[in-house]
Amino acid sequence: MSTLPLPHPVLASLEGAIEFIFTPQSSNVTGGKKVGGIDQVVELTLNQIELSLLALLLSLLVALPIGLYLGHRGIGELFATAIANAGRAVPELALIAFMATAIGVGVLNLTIALAVLGVPPILANTFVGINQVDRASVEAARGIGMTEFEILRKVEIPLAIPTIFTGIRGASIAIVATATIAPLAGVLTLGDFIINQNVYGDSGVLAGAIMVSLLALVFEFSLAGVQHLLTSKGLKLRSA
Amino acid sequence: MTSPALLAAVGEVGKGFVQERSSDTLPCQATDKLFCPDWAWEHLDRYGTPTVQHLELVVISVLLGFAVAFGLALLAHRRRWLQTPLLGVTGILFTIPSIAFFFLLLPITGRVRHTAIIALAIYTLQIIYRNTMTGLANVPESVKDAARGMGMTDRQILWQVELRLATPEIFAGLQIATVSTVAIATLAVFAGGGGLGKPLYEHISFGTNIVLSGGIAILMAIAFGVLLFGLQRRLTPWRRGATTI
Amino acid sequence: MRTKKTRLRGAVAVLLALALTLGVAACGSSDDDSGSTEASEGGGGAIVANPDNAKVNLTIGSKNFPEQEILGEIYAQALGAAGYKVKSDLNLGSETVALQSVKSGAISGYPEYASTALTSFFGLEPEEVPADANEAQEKANEEFEKEGLTAFPPTPFASANAVGTLKKTAEKYGLETISDLEGVSEKLSLYGSPECRQRIDCLAGLEQLYGLEFKSFHPVDIGLRYTVLEKGQADLSILFTTDPQLSAEKDKFVILEDDKEVFPSGNVIFVTKQSTAQKAGPDYEKTIVQVQEGLTLPVMQELDARVELEKQTPKEAAAAYLKSAGYTG
Repeated sequence: MSTLPLPHPVLASLEGAIEFIFTPQSSNVTGGKKVGGIDQVVELTLNQIELSLLALLLSLLVALPIGLYLGHRGIGELFATAIANAGRAVPELALIAFMATAIGVGVLNLTIALAVLGVPPILANTFVGINQVDRASVEAARGIGMTEFEILRKVEIPLAIPTIFTGIRGASIAIVATATIAPLAGVLTLGDFIINQNVYGDSGVLAGAIMVSLLALVFEFSLAGVQHLLTSKGLKLRSA
Repeated sequence: MTSPALLAAVGEVGKGFVQERSSDTLPCQATDKLFCPDWAWEHLDRYGTPTVQHLELVVISVLLGFAVAFGLALLAHRRRWLQTPLLGVTGILFTIPSIAFFFLLLPITGRVRHTAIIALAIYTLQIIYRNTMTGLANVPESVKDAARGMGMTDRQILWQVELRLATPEIFAGLQIATVSTVAIATLAVFAGGGGLGKPLYEHISFGTNIVLSGGIAILMAIAFGVLLFGLQRRLTPWRRGATTI
Repeated sequence: MRTKKTRLRGAVAVLLALALTLGVAACGSSDDDSGSTEASEGGGGAIVANPDNAKVNLTIGSKNFPEQEILGEIYAQALGAAGYKVKSDLNLGSETVALQSVKSGAISGYPEYASTALTSFFGLEPEEVPADANEAQEKANEEFEKEGLTAFPPTPFASANAVGTLKKTAEKYGLETISDLEGVSEKLSLYGSPECRQRIDCLAGLEQLYGLEFKSFHPVDIGLRYTVLEKGQADLSILFTTDPQLSAEKDKFVILEDDKEVFPSGNVIFVTKQSTAQKAGPDYEKTIVQVQEGLTLPVMQELDARVELEKQTPKEAAAAYLKSAGYTG
């Protein structure tokens, strides 16, 4: 057990991992076929992106309408809190395993499983965001004759964007993280490198970990960018 | 080559050790039924050690994470310029999928259970830090002024006034962090850390097993949630707990 | 010269085993009680604890699927009964990880399939793997010895990879042998373990030696090999010939005959360092050979059934076997 931080072995592992990402290596398991290399890395990355985006989309489709409705009407606060906590408490490994056993493996089934994890944060945060919009603004808007729907669209949503996006980003983190262990249910993503150390070796595992982290960060920054675009100037000025 | 006596004792199908089996005589756990209550009841003891390990992982990680996050928050409370960078760093660490994080740490910490604990602790940093900062920031200036007027030192104000008023927020963060940690700790098995992920992963297609391992984890999370919520209410009788999502 | 030593040791072990069994046959007067599930009147069959062995520490490892864990447990418990201080470190990973563990000294030894050792470690083509168990062990030992390792005599049972499918799929496409997949396999998906992609006695062999192309290959955990068939995800799945599901659920699953013999079957040989064997004394090999004897194909399938179907732990199943066969009291 090394007690020195960052000695040469760490840099060596890093080097090995980077090599793994770019050039095919011979596998620990003999048989001639090489593993790793940029082609395989790109393929698995694209798989993971596809799976995550599908799941995120599904979560948005389900959670946004419900959250917007409940938040606007101001009912179901306990429900929103409970859902948020429940979503956090579900262990992703158990969820995937259960889905695989109950409804089977494959992209479609996995998307549903991932959406189960993505809905709670989006739902809860959308509810809170809309619900906590200053009542005075809402009343004013009602006063000048806006329809309920217009109030939602022009007043509440713009003001709630930061909170809603906190939820979407939270969902994205959970979804990308769980998509990493999708290989356990037969969908090949970057997690394959991490889970199957037999085949890919230690450099493969580290390479997988690095790629997954980068992917998660890319998702996070992209969503942050979208949020920035959608946030009205006024809000941006006073954001913390 | 096997001796006749041995074969007789161990032997042929239907006699002695080897049994006759067919599709319709399979016991519940051999089928693909999602849950077998009898089997679950009889074999609950198999989940004893993993549950204890899981508890250890969660408690140690959360305490460690809390200590660090709390310290960082106090530090940043004084030195404003630290706030944004710290929020950024803890946020980035939180974004990285836990299973990847375990293996990023491994070259540095070696193949020990400490890897899991350190990683889990780091996950709690963002939420506890953020909530502590928010809690402290929400203390009204007027209250601090009044305290200063009464002659309290900065230190006394921090510990006796600001932190007490921030307790609901801090506890909310602690609650969220603990519930999340219980769920994430199931992945500790990939870093060799044991916990409820171990029995889960070992029989990953056995319905009853998944329900039991996952179920115990969910129950543990709920129990911690309720416990912390109760603690929070006792510590802050003047205010119902604020729940940040 | 080293080969002669191992051959001599092997011969001695076999003679010892024969002597023991003859002893059991002679002493065990009540050997006509075919219906007994209890331990036979032990006699020469029981493992005797040798106090000299208490000084030796052994760690028994195994690969990462149930049959391997059962074998590991059987050996570990048997050696414990023989007086050794035994730890087990089962579920290490695939054969490469296990072999590395022996070489590095992390474990004392583990059970390997002779066919896997020959094809995976020593690069033999499947057709070069000897069909006879003892020949296979000797051939493996020739190579093992170069690295200071040795393999003990083989178990009675052998196991092999197999291409399996649902009975109705086989009937639909008229599949009886793997060659029957020609022209059909492009429409079918194959599921196997992650290592399968690289192994010559798995996907690589199907592609190179049978010339088959599949619609897709999906790596899944070994534990899901039957689930994917049942749920309809997989048209074909890589199974093991010793799988309990093949006899318990024979109305559901079938395996295709390996007509080109790309999937060599291997008996289990215990792989360990020569130095370990020397330090541990004669009881090391003797106990292992003795306790293996009862592992015929039906018995191994029974053990697999208890663990994979009935969800017993490998430890329980191993203990039941050792007791039932009269090795332990």
